[in-house]
Amino acid sequence: MADSKAQSGKLLDIRNLRIEATVYPPGEAPKTITLVHDVSLTLEKGKVLGLIGESGAGKSTIGLSSMAYGRGGVRITGGEVILNGRDILKAGARGIRALRGREVCYVAQSAAAAFNPAHKLIDQVVEAAMLHGTATRAEAEKRAIALFKKLSLPNPETIGERYPHQVSGGQLQRVMTAMALCSEPDLIVFDEPTTALDVTTQIDVLAAIKDAIRDTHVAALYITHDLAVVAQVSDEIMVLRHGRLVEWGGTRQIIKEPRQEYTNALVSVHEIEHHEQQPGTAPMLSVKNVTAAYGGGHVKVLKNVSVDIYPGQTLAVVGESGSGKSTLARAITGLLPPEQGSVVFDGRTLGNRLADRPKEDLRQLQMIYQMADVAMNPRQTVGTIIGRPLEFYFGMKGRERDKRVAELLDEIEMGKGFIDRYPAELSGGQKQRVCIARSLAAKPKLIICDEVTSALDPLVAHGILKLLLNLQQVEKVAYLFITHDLATVKSIADSIAVMYRGEVVRYGSKSKVLTPPFDAYTELLLSSVPEMEIGWLEKAIKGRRMASAGN
Amino acid sequence: MSTPILRLVAQRIALGILLLLAVSVLIFAGTQILPGDVAQAILGQSATPEALANLREQLGLNDPAWLRYVHWLGGILHGDFGTAQSSGLDIASSIRVRLKNTLFLAACAAIVAVPLAIVLGLIAVRYRNGFVDKLISGLALASTSFPEFFIGYVLIFVFAVHWQIFPSISTVDETTPFLERLQAVVLPATALTLVVLAHMMRMTRAAILNVMQSAYIETAELKGLKPFDIIRKHAFPNAIAPVVNVVMLNLAYLIVGVVVVEVIFVYPGMGQYLVDHVAKRDVPVVQAVGLIFAAVYISLNIVADIAAILANPRLRHPK
Amino acid sequence: MGLKQIPVTAWIGLILTGAFAFCAIFAPWIAPHGNGEIVGDVWEPMSAAHWLGTDNLGRDLISRMIYGARITIEIAVLATALSFSLGSILGFTAAVFGGWFDTLMSRFVDLLMSIPTLIFGLVVLSVLPANTLTLILVMGILDSTRVYRLSRAVAVDINVMDFVEAAKLRGEGKAWIIFREILPNALSPLVAELGVRFIFAVLFLSALSFLGLGVQPPDSDWGGMVKENKDGIVFGIPAALIPAAAIAVLAISVNLVADWVLNRTTSLKGGRG
Repeated sequence: MADSKAQSGKLLDIRNLRIEATVYPPGEAPKTITLVHDVSLTLEKGKVLGLIGESGAGKSTIGLSSMAYGRGGVRITGGEVILNGRDILKAGARGIRALRGREVCYVAQSAAAAFNPAHKLIDQVVEAAMLHGTATRAEAEKRAIALFKKLSLPNPETIGERYPHQVSGGQLQRVMTAMALCSEPDLIVFDEPTTALDVTTQIDVLAAIKDAIRDTHVAALYITHDLAVVAQVSDEIMVLRHGRLVEWGGTRQIIKEPRQEYTNALVSVHEIEHHEQQPGTAPMLSVKNVTAAYGGGHVKVLKNVSVDIYPGQTLAVVGESGSGKSTLARAITGLLPPEQGSVVFDGRTLGNRLADRPKEDLRQLQMIYQMADVAMNPRQTVGTIIGRPLEFYFGMKGRERDKRVAELLDEIEMGKGFIDRYPAELSGGQKQRVCIARSLAAKPKLIICDEVTSALDPLVAHGILKLLLNLQQVEKVAYLFITHDLATVKSIADSIAVMYRGEVVRYGSKSKVLTPPFDAYTELLLSSVPEMEIGWLEKAIKGRRMASAGN
Repeated sequence: MSTPILRLVAQRIALGILLLLAVSVLIFAGTQILPGDVAQAILGQSATPEALANLREQLGLNDPAWLRYVHWLGGILHGDFGTAQSSGLDIASSIRVRLKNTLFLAACAAIVAVPLAIVLGLIAVRYRNGFVDKLISGLALASTSFPEFFIGYVLIFVFAVHWQIFPSISTVDETTPFLERLQAVVLPATALTLVVLAHMMRMTRAAILNVMQSAYIETAELKGLKPFDIIRKHAFPNAIAPVVNVVMLNLAYLIVGVVVVEVIFVYPGMGQYLVDHVAKRDVPVVQAVGLIFAAVYISLNIVADIAAILANPRLRHPK
Repeated sequence: MGLKQIPVTAWIGLILTGAFAFCAIFAPWIAPHGNGEIVGDVWEPMSAAHWLGTDNLGRDLISRMIYGARITIEIAVLATALSFSLGSILGFTAAVFGGWFDTLMSRFVDLLMSIPTLIFGLVVLSVLPANTLTLILVMGILDSTRVYRLSRAVAVDINVMDFVEAAKLRGEGKAWIIFREILPNALSPLVAELGVRFIFAVLFLSALSFLGLGVQPPDSDWGGMVKENKDGIVFGIPAALIPAAAIAVLAISVNLVADWVLNRTTSLKGGRG
């Protein structure tokens, strides 16, 4: 369709794109900020261009400009977007409507929100094709079912009769891809289509998308923050930062021979050298046969879990959402008293409930959260936040306290200039550092880190991990490190527990856990983590034994 | 229709009945157990002890409170609200006439207010943050600050006294012909409409805006649908429940507004009946009318909840 | 925050509210005539001697208005204070302690709120003695249900946030959690609600007095003054509209201030301010 209109092989040609938005900071005059600074790109028919960058890089904004769409008050204020030989920014409302859903289609990050809850899937999948007259209802439905099959959805004949809430997240993401393909467009914009999915589901969706792109010869803009993911599907990669182009090249060149320092940092971000420590003679904290449940015993979320943590070492607990890994942390801290089993710390059994534990036990066990910005009282200054444990546990006051707060701020590489700042005035990474300082202030023997890096951009997360490792050297503190990200585990753990549906399926030293032979789930999990290597996806899919949890 | 939905609806209705029962206890307790001797109140300070004792016996005031409650509720369930202390008239028959008048007035107001509020709410959404929208939210702020009698007397001052188009007093009885009746309620119905309009409009605007900002509306926009089709196919089915909810909540609010508006226009409805008998401290009438107002209010809330249940696709098409 | 950042609407609200408060506090000194003093004919028109004319008994209307401001605002303030302290203390306690206390309180409040406030107020006033104390108690207690709902909801939201959990894990007591972690973050929605509740109290009191069940003569608040002068309306005498308009203006000005407070500190952004 619409092929004849294009003169050359160029499908999309964006020239000097400038995108602006007006922001309304509270108590200040509204101001205009520039989100995208004169970015240009071209895309040939049937090719895939990956747009990659951290949050705020402008990648989604650029992607949507190919449909002449600005989300939430965002305006395209300069440049040209030439699609199939014409500048769509000059096409007018009717012209823009004619190309949306026909020449260009969109796949959103959260298909669960992007589908209308009131209509059946099939009605929504065929809507665009029928609207633009590219197919009759019967043809469009036939096409949709064929696409469902191609995207390996279960029951392709009948899944369209379901409503969005009746289908799992991974499946919904594939239905949305089918919806985009159904009107046989020239270009699809994939906006972080696998980011919200669990890692073992992500690989299936990724493979399905890749096959569909190959078989339908559609071109695509693939937007993501994960370089390893984009390396699997793209022909070319464009690296963006703060709305500006950093580097643009072939996939192999970008991941093997990055020319810019920033790209290099993104490529090598996972590589932290960490030598595994041998477990000591006596564990510092032992979780013994703990079973825990929510809702008065109805929903068992931990089943007979036992793990040990040795002084000054790191135990990583890995699992996908619903595996019970965060519940384990709640059971250890006493927030969720276990139904059976016990937690032994330094040779003595800890009280099941938080209220039963003496202050000294509470001091020894500290916790750092995933979302640093809600883990700190927004009405307290950094000085109060870090100073309170000093006051509370050690009775420090006045100058003595301030001196210790300043020392702690130095330890987290922030400096005492931050002492009077409020959390809202810090960046994401700084917030997490303050949380680390708050837990260190208690001089604990163990810190529980619950997904502490997963809300952060890769480079910032990298900095936090390095800080945690350095602090472990200095303070001899042990970590219980909860994460879904195996790459993080490899860089920080001494021992690993793999959790699946409330049970520990594999447990031991890092080298032992990561060395074959594997159990089925660990193998699935390990093989699902995208590696920065071309052709990894095909290899991984071929070697799988177990279907992912999301199917 | 599926069973889980029926179960939810049945549950909601059962809960409403339970609530109404609890409300009846509360109203009864509020008027019977609080200080104040009914017999004394009726006969006045100068009554002889014998007369007081006789009256107490006659009214059953010597029975324990729970027994009096059971008698009272039992009577109501058979349509017997007892007799008014002040006049000796049968309460049920007085209520019948007045309830009809009140419902007529409320219906007239609702027929105008509901479509108007929804249309204005839609306009506010369409021109969001524009002049019309700001004007509407400004009016809403003002009207939530206006007491009903301010609106009522301004209407009388302008339309009844100055221009003399409508009567200032809305007297009707059972023999009043329909058109005359309609003319009589124009001003009170307008006052009621103005009382609820802004609020209903503002809530409608918020409900529709909430739907319009969903990701699936963006999806529809990116499929190339026309704005009107987006609203018709994608926004409307999801907006029904919240809008019905808004309407029902405001009708409940309107029922309360009736009390003051009826007094302003001397309209013979339930509100005026209640106020008159509160002043006379006629407890049986106050209990009966209070219970009926509460019942209407609770029913409208139940309808709002049921509408939300029926319109929820997750409940209509369970996994 | 400097004075310049206060929007015009908030300024109008602040000035008018201040003027009303001034009248209420200094009523005996600024009113030209006594509250019950008969100074002329019935319903005299506005003149240099009587700026707003006279009322249904020939009393100076502007003096009555000034004394009426005092009574209206005094009762509304006391009722709001009662509803606020009762509602927020119970709401916070229910949110932090949870369990049976929360369940019991919340169900009882649901029950009270299932009857429209005005109706329930009328039912109760039919048996209680007609005096100012009764009015304040009835208004305060009935309205505290709204404050309870809001403060409980706000506190429950804050109570499940990670920073409160962190304080609990540290071993902090209930007092620290309520006063140092939750309260500072709950303050701004509650302050804005204070304005809304005050307006509601003014309107509720005026409605009751208008219906003859609120402040009893010879004293009278603005709602009562509307009642006293309402018969003049049919003769084209606007005396009843003046107190009615005063209620509207007072409510709007407080609303403007409350709106500004709410917008200024909408969310849990925190920090300075």
